[in-house]
This record gives sequence, structure tokens and C-alpha cells, in this order.
Amino acid sequence: MAWTKNVLRVNLAAGTCMQEPLNMDWARDYLGQRGLGTKYFLAEVDPKVDPFAPENKLIFVTGPLTGTMAATGGRYSVVTKGPLTGAIACSNSGGYFGAELKFAGWDMVIFEGTAPKPVYLLITDGKAELVDAAHLWGKTVWETEETIKKQHQDPQIRVASIGHAGEIGVLYAGIVNDLHRAAGRSGVGAVMGSKNLKAVAVRGTRTDAYQIANPDAFFTAVDAGKKALAANGVTGQGLPTYGTQVLMNVINELGALPTRNHRDVQFESAQAISGEAMHEKRPTDGKANLVTNGACFGCTIACGRISRMDPGHFTIKDKPQYQGASGGLEYEAAWALGAANGVSDLEALTYANFLCNEHGFDPISFGATVGAAMELYDLGILTKEEVGFELPFGSTEAVVKLAELTATGEGFGKVIGLGSKRLCAKYGRPELSMTVKGQEFPAYDGRGLQGMGLAYATSNRGACHLRGYMVSPEVLGIPIKMEPQATEGKPAMLKAFQDLTAVVDSSGLCLFTTFAWGLSDIQPQIQGACEGDWSEDRLLLVGERIWNLEREFNLAAGLTAKDDNLPPRLMKEPAKTGPQKGAVSKLDVMLPEYYQLRGWTPEGVPTAETRTRLGV
Amino acid sequence: MQKSLHLDPNKCTGCLQCEMACAWENHRSFTTAKSRIKVFAFHHEGRFVPYTCTQCDEAWCVLACPVDAIRLDPATGAKIVLEPTCVGCKVCTIACPFGTINYVASTGKVQKCDLCGDHGPACEKACPTGAITYVDADWTGLGKMRQWAGKTDTNPATV
Amino acid sequence: MRHVIIGSGPAGVVAAETLRKADPAAEITLLCGEAGPPYARMAIPYLLKGQIDEGGTHLRKDADHYGRLRIQLVQAHAQAVDTGARTVTLGGGSLLPYDRLLIATGSRPSLEQIPGIGLPGVHACWTLADARTILAKAKPGTCIVQMGAGFVGCIIMEGLLSRGVDLTILVRSGYMVRRMMNPTASGLIRKWCEAKGVRILTHTQPQGITAEGGALQVALADGHILPADLYLSAVGVDPNLEFLAGSGIAIGKGILVDANLQSNVSGVYAAGDVAEATDCLTGRRQLNAIQPNAVEQGRIAALNMAGRSARFKGSFVFNVLTTLGLASSSFGEWQGASGGESAEVLDASRYRYLNLQFEDDRLVGANTVGFSDHIGAFRGLIEGRVRLGKWKQRLREDPTQIMQAYLAAAHSVA
Repeated sequence: MAWTKNVLRVNLAAGTCMQEPLNMDWARDYLGQRGLGTKYFLAEVDPKVDPFAPENKLIFVTGPLTGTMAATGGRYSVVTKGPLTGAIACSNSGGYFGAELKFAGWDMVIFEGTAPKPVYLLITDGKAELVDAAHLWGKTVWETEETIKKQHQDPQIRVASIGHAGEIGVLYAGIVNDLHRAAGRSGVGAVMGSKNLKAVAVRGTRTDAYQIANPDAFFTAVDAGKKALAANGVTGQGLPTYGTQVLMNVINELGALPTRNHRDVQFESAQAISGEAMHEKRPTDGKANLVTNGACFGCTIACGRISRMDPGHFTIKDKPQYQGASGGLEYEAAWALGAANGVSDLEALTYANFLCNEHGFDPISFGATVGAAMELYDLGILTKEEVGFELPFGSTEAVVKLAELTATGEGFGKVIGLGSKRLCAKYGRPELSMTVKGQEFPAYDGRGLQGMGLAYATSNRGACHLRGYMVSPEVLGIPIKMEPQATEGKPAMLKAFQDLTAVVDSSGLCLFTTFAWGLSDIQPQIQGACEGDWSEDRLLLVGERIWNLEREFNLAAGLTAKDDNLPPRLMKEPAKTGPQKGAVSKLDVMLPEYYQLRGWTPEGVPTAETRTRLGV
Repeated sequence: MQKSLHLDPNKCTGCLQCEMACAWENHRSFTTAKSRIKVFAFHHEGRFVPYTCTQCDEAWCVLACPVDAIRLDPATGAKIVLEPTCVGCKVCTIACPFGTINYVASTGKVQKCDLCGDHGPACEKACPTGAITYVDADWTGLGKMRQWAGKTDTNPATV
Repeated sequence: MRHVIIGSGPAGVVAAETLRKADPAAEITLLCGEAGPPYARMAIPYLLKGQIDEGGTHLRKDADHYGRLRIQLVQAHAQAVDTGARTVTLGGGSLLPYDRLLIATGSRPSLEQIPGIGLPGVHACWTLADARTILAKAKPGTCIVQMGAGFVGCIIMEGLLSRGVDLTILVRSGYMVRRMMNPTASGLIRKWCEAKGVRILTHTQPQGITAEGGALQVALADGHILPADLYLSAVGVDPNLEFLAGSGIAIGKGILVDANLQSNVSGVYAAGDVAEATDCLTGRRQLNAIQPNAVEQGRIAALNMAGRSARFKGSFVFNVLTTLGLASSSFGEWQGASGGESAEVLDASRYRYLNLQFEDDRLVGANTVGFSDHIGAFRGLIEGRVRLGKWKQRLREDPTQIMQAYLAAAHSVA
């Protein structure tokens, strides 16, 4: 009932848009969004497919709580095979786009094939059409969104689009909706670009597209959930005030802030790029970087940062288009653009982040790749001649310049656009790439936080903090406090987090609710909205099923247990400073136990029994 | 004391819970397109502005309706659209200088904020930040808007 | 105090109600030119569609409304006004004395002056009686030739088509609704109508109508003959002023009124279609035959009649039209102000259009097609003479930001 039960299948090669019924058997087994999209993807795509081949598909998918009053119920995911990793890619985004897709009457849009020339998909309720995008190709995300709304004279149209980065195949290009919310990771935007699909524009005005199964129960659960979010210190205070940037000083003090391509675990200038710093008035113009906090659709947390740069800053003083307010720094972006490169100019990082949004590429992978390049430069392997300018750690100018070049694919930006793994391999130092399965680490050091190390190694989409956020127990004490350096209990806790996360990612809710919510808060919201039985046990089984399904894809794509690994630096080079000084990752201790808990063989393959139990 | 909706852009985060609550109240749907309160985003300014009918005393919509389909709810002071009577001519939509009464193509009628009758505005209950409050009318500073809107020297409320 | 109001359209009825509130003891007589309770011509298209019955057209739904307010409804046509004796001469020659008089006699269709215009089967679509006739005659397959595609000509189309008729529209000029819409907007409306199966013949006008058996023959200027079961005339309206001849009330295109809506004769006021008041944009006098103007003038005139000073600060022309389900609107100087600037955006395949006209940093006019959200804000911006400041440039770049511009410029919220 909370599903629209409609799938829109768009064949870009043939130019057709067809409606088909949602497979409700699969919805019952995989809930929605990440799980359901992945199920469709596996059923339809050969895992060995070249991510840029027409045979790869691109799925935009919502969850049953997307477009409802459940707090944060506005998420959608993009599922495809990732060009950065060769693994399953599933990127999750907020903003308003996902809800609009539901209002128009669609759970999912499946893109097949490659359009002969650039197009965008325009969905107006039940009507879907491919529209020529010749005039949009080459345009930024911001221009594309504005142009589509203007051209169709409806400011309420929601747009998800790629920028130049997606068009030229930057391997970590994202899909950006609502100007600065992104399905950011793993290169889903590059796949979209390879399909000549510039944008998806949606206007939904239907009131009959889906129903709430049991409104009384739903609203009771939703209201209780909102109260819990408001009462919780993280979701009620920390995130609205500082955004995810609330973590910058915390993680730095804990000695788990990867710095200068993970050479260090603490950044001496963390304070300068922290959430607190975003609130401080600048000496130059007397204004703070942060204008306000902003929410995604239906979100009562509102962690989003809206920033305005110092108009006199060297990066934008002649560029009025960046002098207005726009999406500000989140923790991961501030870390990747800043600490990972040793750069501490908050305004410059904000500018680089604007560029990531404007041109559609992932600031985490971009920043981390620059960090790797800086290390190569530091080691004398990369030269000024090759780069075109000096590239020392700490160079604000270099980060800004490379952001501009990566967006356009010019000069050394073309190499940066390949990501850290290919960059380091190109220069003969693959071990310097701080990646797992080809995807760059986010902002937590896998030595300092043992559970996060295991989470990175086992994440189905490559290094990622959003597949099992062990920071919660290891730093925040949610749901219980676990010592960062301990390994005991971490595999079990990670498995529980991974399965629960898969449920949240499949529901339409934002993962950030889980700072305040456990499964017992989420379950009644899903149960109130959806027909059928959605007990906690069943939901956890759904989560585990999704995790194993993703694993099956990766195995079939050619990945093995060898890919559940961390770079040698994290295994061999001890943390130099801080509370975790001396630590290396004890992945070898945790991984076998993890496999066992997962019901996998020592080679990391789900056993026949596991497959049968989960029905994968 | 009659109450009014007080809308404070300084506290709005753009979450649209109000729009969903309104759409649910009136259409049993979360489709924000059907909401009678709208949050306008000012991207360049980093600002979200919730906006709906102030139930102004001039009541341009009431006066302009050719078929007497907009009436005063004496309990709340709201001007409410009688859907069965409304013919959908849209005259009220151009008469209201605030742009807060709108035609809904799917129903063929106009709609505007009616303060949700006796159980109080759903948008106010749904707002997580206090950007929408339902307070004594004197507190809302509506006078300023009314003054601006006042086209004539004599306020019809006083006759 | 004896108040007489001639005309029971929106202006007259609102005036009567306002008088009652302002002057509880007054004697109020409302002269109705047609039988039955006062009704809204604006509702006739919906009667033709079968969406409402005749009761749905009534200006006030409560049967006892006028009795309760002690407003005396008198069905009579005013034949003359003696401003010296302060009397109105009624149909039978009887005299109705007044202390204050409001002339709110509205308009009537201006029929084209061609042979055969008086034949049976030739009708206007203006009154309830006209609507009844059309309802009786328009059946599936009925062949209707309609002269005129102005506001009335367009708004009645949906009702006509809903009855399954075969409809041909003759348009003298090259454009439909040319008094409201610029050629682009007009072209969209035409394309829309044609896609719905209406035949539109522009640069076409009839030379004469003849009756052959039960059917009509419409002779066109180019020699063609169009057969028709029904001929509808919708070429515009003229104010009802003839009965004022010799009254001493000054008349231009309409009754010349001052800011209190009083004519040159003390105690005689005018409101609605017949009042020639000042346009608040151009400063020129003009007729403004639109519903919001009628009720506003009715209200102001009544306040003055009751001895309360109220000034009419002028109005401007704006209107909203629905043509076979396609909404369009027109505001102020949609043709553009001299030396002004404009901005527009067109999505022809989806029938959406927005055109803005500026003078300095103010919005002075607009045309819209298929764009109806928050459209009242156009009035707010134009009538309030709101300075747009930096928002003018933003609107020139993207006219769809109109609501943001309105909120920022008129309400200073951003």
C-alpha cells in the first residue's frame, strides 16, 4: 500500500517509457529502495557487465516510507554496477526528489541501454517522456536544474542530474538532486553520463498514488519517532546545530581523523575546518560561513548545511555565481577536501564543495584522491611538470585548482578523475591508494576504530561509512559503548549494523535517524505504512538477505575474499599520535569471525545453508 | 481572542512536514502539491519561507466569489471554501493579491487555508521547529501586511 | 435614507449588502432587470456544462438573504433618471424616489450589425434566459457557428462542447481573446481549441444570416456559406447607459465617476461595468468590466452613499479565463509599457506560457497560459506598485521566480 506498485521502465536506446507492475513478492522480501532496487538489478543484469556498457542498467528507487510524514521519509537510491569499484553500487540521496517520484506514482525507474543522443526524462505524474537534452549537455547541475524548471515553468519540478563530471566519466561522478543533495558515491553519475542521460525531472501531484495501510498506527509510531529524534542529543541538538561536522573535533581528538593520505591520524588544524568554525564570524566580512541549517524532505533533524562564502575570498571574488548561499560542508567533505590533504582554509573547502555539487562529483573520493596525489608528489614520484603546478600537502591552491580541473576533465584533473586506485597504480605505487575495492575511505581511520576498519573491508560497495557505522558504538556509545581498539564483539556488532542499515536504506528513511532510533522505533512506522507482516525479526532477515544479495553480485562480478581488505598502511603503519597511538588494524583477527557469523565459508562465500535460509 | 498562524522563516528548515500535514488533512495524501501552505525556497539567500492565507479582513476572495462559495467561519475567523458551491471559475485566485487561494485542477475547485476548523491547524502541529505557531491574532504582526494590502481608506471589518 | 440601486449583478448586490451593514436604518431597493434572484453571469459556463443547476448561479444561496437584510428586490427596468426630482422612472411609468442612487446596470452583448441578427436561432450567451435557450437547442450533433472568441466566446466553449455539438468559431481578427492575450498566448489557446476539435476561422466575419427551413445559413465575407442550427453572437459587450440620456449625468465611455465613485451629479454613484473610473496603472479613465472590480466598486460606492468616506484608488484590468480546461490570465499592461522591458518563457508543446512586462523595476502586466499557482500575487505586485529591486533582473532571467520575487519584494521575507 505504501508502494505505488508501479515501475517505470525506460529504454534509452529505443526511446520508450513503459509502465509495469511492481513485483510485490520481491517487495515483501526486499522492502524497497536499496534492497528492492538491488533485487531488480541482479535479476536483470549480468554481474560481469562493463559498467559503461549499454547492458548495464541504472535504477532510481524509493522506499515505502519515501514521501510520507515519517521523519526523514524522502530518500531514494540509485543502483547500478559501479565504475569505480566494479562492485554493486548503491548511492542514497535525500532532498526532495525521491518523494516527488512517489507523488508522481512511481516506486522505481529502470533505465536500460544508451540513448543515441543526450536526453532527460520528464515525468509528470503518469506521463513519462524522453526529452532532447542537447541544450543541457555540458551544463552544470545547477544550470540544468534551473533550466528544466524554467523551461517547463514549474519551480516545483524536482530534478536529479549529472554535471560535466558525469558526462566525461569521472569515475566518482555522482547524481545531484535539489542543487546539493547527492547520490554521491561509486560513480553512479558516470554510468548515467555513459547512457547519455542528463537528468530525471519529476513533478508529482497525484493524491491516489499510494496509501498508508493503517493511518492510526502509522501516525502513532511516526509521532513517537519524531519525539525521540527531538529528545536525542545527536539528532535533536548536535546535527541541527553543527551538521555532521559536529564530528570533526571529536574524531580528531580521538585520534581517528585520517590526515594527509592516512599518514597521520590527527589534523593539527581540524578546529579550523570544524562545525564550530562554520559558526564563527569571519574577520574578513564579519559573517559566519554557515547561513542556516536545511532539511531534506520530511526531515525533523535538519543536519544540512547552507553556507555562504566570503565574497572576497580569492576563489570566488570574481565569480558572483558562488557568492550566494549553497550547500555547505558536511563532515566527510570537510575531511576529504581538508584533513586528507592537510588543507585548513574553510572558505576554500566550501568552494571546492560547491564545485563538487555544481559539477556532480563525490568530494570524498575526489579529496582522498588529491591526498594520494599529494603523497606521490611528496615522494617525488609526481612532478610539478606532470601536474602543471606544485602539489604539496597543505596547498589550498592545489585543491581548488584540481577541483576545477576535475570538473572539466582538463589537465591533471583528468587523472584525478580516475580515483586514487588508478592514480596510484598509474604511478607504480598501488599501496598508497587509501581505498577498498577501488573506493576511497571516508573520514574515520580504520586503525583508530577497529570496527570501522572491518566495516570498510567488508562493505559491499567499497570503503564506506554508511554500510555499518561502527562509529556509533566505538565513539558515540550507540547502542552500547565499545572500546575503539577492542576487536571482541565487533564482527557481531558490525553484522547487526550492516543488516539494520540495509533495512533503513530500503525503507525510505535516512540512516541518521539511527542515532536516536533502534529497530523497535522503525518497525512500527514500516508496519503502519505497509500491508503485511513486518515484524522486527522479519525486517532483520530482510536486511541480512539484502547484504547477502549484494555479496552474491560482487562474487559473481569476480570479487573475492582478497578484496575484503585494507591498504597495507592501515595494517602495518601504526597510528603516530593521539589516544590510538601505535594502533594498526587487526582485520586478520576480525574477518574470519565475521565470515563465520555471516554464514559464509572461510573464502567469504555464503554457504548453501545460508543461501537457503535467506532465499537468495 | 481569535488566533492566527504565525509563520517565521527564521525557524523554517524546509522539511515540508507542514505541507504533508496539510495535504493529509485535506486530501488524505502526503502529496505536497496539494498543500494549502507552501514553503518557498530562496536558494541564493539560504532561506525557507512558509506562506499561506492570513485570513485577511479584506477577504478579497470572499467578495469576489460570484457564487457565494467562500464564507467566514465564525469560530476561527477563517474564510473557507464551500467545495460543493464553488464552480471553479478562479476569479478569487486573481482577486486575492497575496496569491494564497489556488485552483486545484484535479478537483475543479479552489482551495485555501481554512485553519483546519475546530481541531486547529495541522501544519502547526507538524512543524518540528516552531516556525509555524498558532497564536493570538494580535501577536502576528499581520497588521503590517494588511496595511500594505489595504487598497481603500475604510476597512470593511469596521463597517 | 432611501437608497436605490439599479442593477442586481455583483456590484449591485455587494453595494446593497454593504449599505445594510453601514446604515442599519436605511431603505434599500435593488432593481433587478431579470426575473428570479440575482445571479452571476460568471457561473453560466458551468451551468452549460451541467456542473451546476440554476440555483448554483445565484449570487447568494440563502433564499431569505435579501429579506433578512431588508433589501427590497424589485423586478423592473429603469427607463430614466430625473436627477432634479431624484426619481427613477420604471417600466410602467411609475416613479421610484431616492436619496442616493447607485447605477450598476452592467453590460449587454453588443450584437454585430448584420442582416439576420434578429432571426430565431441567433442568440447571445449572456443571460440565464440565453443559457436556457442554448441548453434547449444544443444537442449532440447540433451545428453551432459562434461569432467571436473573446472572453465570453472562449469561456462558454467547454459547456457547448460538453453537449456534443459541432462548433465553428469565427474570429474577425487574427487572434482569439485579443483584448486579453498577446499573440503567443492567443496562439496557444487556439492550438488547444483546435486540438479539442473546435474549428477556428480567423480573419473571418459574417455578412448576413438567413433562415432556410429550420436551419440557418451564415454568409461569410469571402462568399462561403456556413450552415448552422444555432448562431451565437459573442462579439463583446457595451455598458447599459441609454436610459440615462438627458439625465445630466456625465457620460464618456461610461459614467464618469470621481474617487468616491460619485458621478458629476451629487448623490448619484456608479459601480461595475458602467463606471468609468481611473486606471491605477495608467491614470487614464476606463471601463473595467471584471468581477473583482465590480464588487470592489460596489462596496466603495455604498460606503460613500452611507456617508462614510471611502476612496476608490483605481483599479486595473486583470482577468482569468478557462478555455476548454486551459487556464490563462491577463494582467494590466500585458501589451507592455512604452519604454518598458519584458521577459517570457514558452513551452508550447505543454501549453505553458508566462510573459511579464516591467516598467522601471515594477511589474505592470502579465500574460499566463497553463500557469495558475499563486496567480493572485501578480495582482499584488502590480496594484501594490511594488519595487522589485534586484528581483527584476532575476525575473528577467527566470520569470517563474515570480512568487519568490513577490515574497521578497512585497513582504520583505527574503
